[in-house]
Amino acid sequence: MRDGITNILVVGIGGQGVMTAAEILARTALCQGYDVKKTEVAGMAQRGGVVSSHVRFGSKVYSPQIDAGEADLLIGFEAAEALRWLPHLRPTGVAMVNTLRLPPPVVSAGLYDYPADPIGDLAASGVEVHAFDAGAIAEELGNSKLVNTIMLGAISDYLPFSAEVLKASIVEGFRAYKPKLADINAQAFDAGREAGHAKTTTHRSAT
Amino acid sequence: MNAVVQAKAESRHLLSGNEAVARAAWEAGVRVAAAYPGTPATEILENIALYPDIYSEWSVNEKVAVEVAIGASLAGSRALAAMKHVGMNVASDAFMTQSLAGVVGGLVIVVADDVGLSSSQNEQDSRYWGRFGHMPILEPADSQEAYEMVKRAFDLSEEYEVPVIVRMTTRVCHVKAMVEFDGERTERRAAGFQKNPQRWVMTPANAKPRLPLMHERDRKFRELSETIDLNIAFPGGDRRIGFVTAGPAFMHVRETFPNAPVLKLGFSCPPPLDKIRAFAGQVDTLVVVEETELLLETEIRAAGIAVRGKDVLPRFGELAPSVLRPAIKPLLGEPWEVPKRAQASVFPRPPTMCASCPHLGPYFALSHIRNLNIIGDIGCYTLGAGHPWNALDTCTCMGASLSMAHGMDKGRGESDEKKHIVAVIGDSTFLHMGMQGLLNMIYNRGNVTVLLLDNRSVGMTGGQENPGTGEDLHGLPAPRVDFAKLVEGLGVRPERIRMVDPYELPTIVKLVREETKMEEPSVIITNRPCSLTDRFERLQPYAVIDDQCTGCGNCIDLGCPAIFVARRETVTAKSGKSKELVFARIDANTCTGCHMCVETCAPEAIVQPQPQNRVIRIQPHA
Repeated sequence: MRDGITNILVVGIGGQGVMTAAEILARTALCQGYDVKKTEVAGMAQRGGVVSSHVRFGSKVYSPQIDAGEADLLIGFEAAEALRWLPHLRPTGVAMVNTLRLPPPVVSAGLYDYPADPIGDLAASGVEVHAFDAGAIAEELGNSKLVNTIMLGAISDYLPFSAEVLKASIVEGFRAYKPKLADINAQAFDAGREAGHAKTTTHRSAT
Repeated sequence: MNAVVQAKAESRHLLSGNEAVARAAWEAGVRVAAAYPGTPATEILENIALYPDIYSEWSVNEKVAVEVAIGASLAGSRALAAMKHVGMNVASDAFMTQSLAGVVGGLVIVVADDVGLSSSQNEQDSRYWGRFGHMPILEPADSQEAYEMVKRAFDLSEEYEVPVIVRMTTRVCHVKAMVEFDGERTERRAAGFQKNPQRWVMTPANAKPRLPLMHERDRKFRELSETIDLNIAFPGGDRRIGFVTAGPAFMHVRETFPNAPVLKLGFSCPPPLDKIRAFAGQVDTLVVVEETELLLETEIRAAGIAVRGKDVLPRFGELAPSVLRPAIKPLLGEPWEVPKRAQASVFPRPPTMCASCPHLGPYFALSHIRNLNIIGDIGCYTLGAGHPWNALDTCTCMGASLSMAHGMDKGRGESDEKKHIVAVIGDSTFLHMGMQGLLNMIYNRGNVTVLLLDNRSVGMTGGQENPGTGEDLHGLPAPRVDFAKLVEGLGVRPERIRMVDPYELPTIVKLVREETKMEEPSVIITNRPCSLTDRFERLQPYAVIDDQCTGCGNCIDLGCPAIFVARRETVTAKSGKSKELVFARIDANTCTGCHMCVETCAPEAIVQPQPQNRVIRIQPHA
């Protein structure tokens, strides 16, 4: 964090819930009294493209964009996407990464290679990396759509406001619109929070 | 109902620029709003549609949208038209004359420039239209300003009887930021159309006397620009460089040079040249930071004020802090080196068509037929130019496919002699501006095979409604155009109008082959809905029986993102030639059970693991 501004970059692929996660972070920060800006470039994202959502909050935020080397937190919903955006992370920043691998058709077709060990590459750069299989946790809880809440739980102890605030923001949102899913999302948040503490040093990603 | 729609004055909300425009339109008492979808402006009308006090519609194109707004304005209603930058080109015929005649009810055109081309075929600067059409331009820098300036624009429009342009960019439209509401809806009475032929019938005799009035209006706006509170000087301690800027570039300047004086132009056309001159006198060097053309810079220089700008800044793209720093720092004698970072080498992830996309079938066909020149259009099907189809040869603008194909047919060169000319266009684009091209081709005895890909949706912008979907902007039932009857009415012979289920690959390949051989225009119309819309029904996923897969790779050629290469093997054929076999697998999470790939698989290796409990396939639309 610099100049009292927190910069969070959420990255993944269209359809993974990247923009929703960023929206929840932005709304929660707004409720905490911060000035907030959130932006993304996702024009054709629904068609399998890269999505990056920038969330900035502090006493006064001008530009919505996070510059290279300026992100305090990088939340990667997919392993190679986290690696793609590594240059945006501060050397002292934290990367919270879902180990999921989603190779695109151009990789499947043999035109490009998927990085052999994106998590290892992230860790080798010197940033603090926390990587875990959010999909596996979601499956254990019985709903693959919980990945979003799990990832938010995982970063909840790395924010300038308390994890409880973020959790309440998510759970209340579900209580208002999808009450049946409130409890399971609370569980998912806690499971993610626990997973987010395990630090990756010489991690080898699951294949 | 939506929380923002119900929100009271003095409440705070996290809103995109587009949502802020919608709320402002409602508060301003807008009674009619019209648009055609286009990134990054689409959500303006989608959000206006949430307010029941406003009549809102998807018009068939931007020119129609502006004309609808003009008509409402002449009846005394406040009206708004929204569009992306290229939509202004289409709409310009209407507003270029209406700015001469003027307006009655406030008329605001909100235009969204896709600076940086996140989802557009070009980058263009809509601020030219203000100069060209003698209309003032307001440029919000964030959501709060979008909210305030749209309301202000309506007041100005009525006071000066002129359409007002609100120029947004992607970085205002799609950025969410805090907006504090200061009001609720003010209902405005519409007096009704007051007949006045000298004012509203723009014949040469009536238009000519309007010209001096228009120039007098320009003079008033030049005066207003000097005093209006939207053009604000922010003092700064470091006077080595003073910035003149507008729109989101203002935010980037403040972020990058927090101690520099800044003159922010919220009312940027016409610019306040005296104010700029006075500001320039207080700083060592004046720098204009504007996206994207050097418009203000040229006008300031023409006024005899020394100014820097595009000599150091890029002439296209966003002027984000990462761009400003290396460009401006050297002017301060502070060389700035872009920090060297190990750039991770990661594969590209280009946008692709979706699983069970009804465009996959036609492109499978086009990629398997030789000797075609394939003239494309604007929509998801533009992706047909990419891997693995490589079956689209041009893309220019909305509706261009049919007319360009006709021109290519008439202007055939040496290498085209044995080629067949094909035009590919979607339902919404056809209705937007494609119909005229078909009519023209018929009238002039052209010979083009048209693929009209009717997926009942404006796909690329997120599945909006159009006259071909049977629903309106509000999701209510609406008359649905009959494409077969329409093209027959334009003059295509009934024998040459072929309806086809795009999932039936052998049929569509055969049809395209047949029709391209004809010596007259034909139209092949597909009939499956976009797989991202509610009209699409998801069925049980398929799987590849590995033992039965022969590695032919036919299913991979379909380009479905649910089909992956499981493994590759190189074998030696009897002829001694080595051949690569590509074995497929289907991702069960992505597959929607459309069965298209089954049609490519001779050894019948693609099956549904659990038998379907219903023996139906997704039904094509009537």
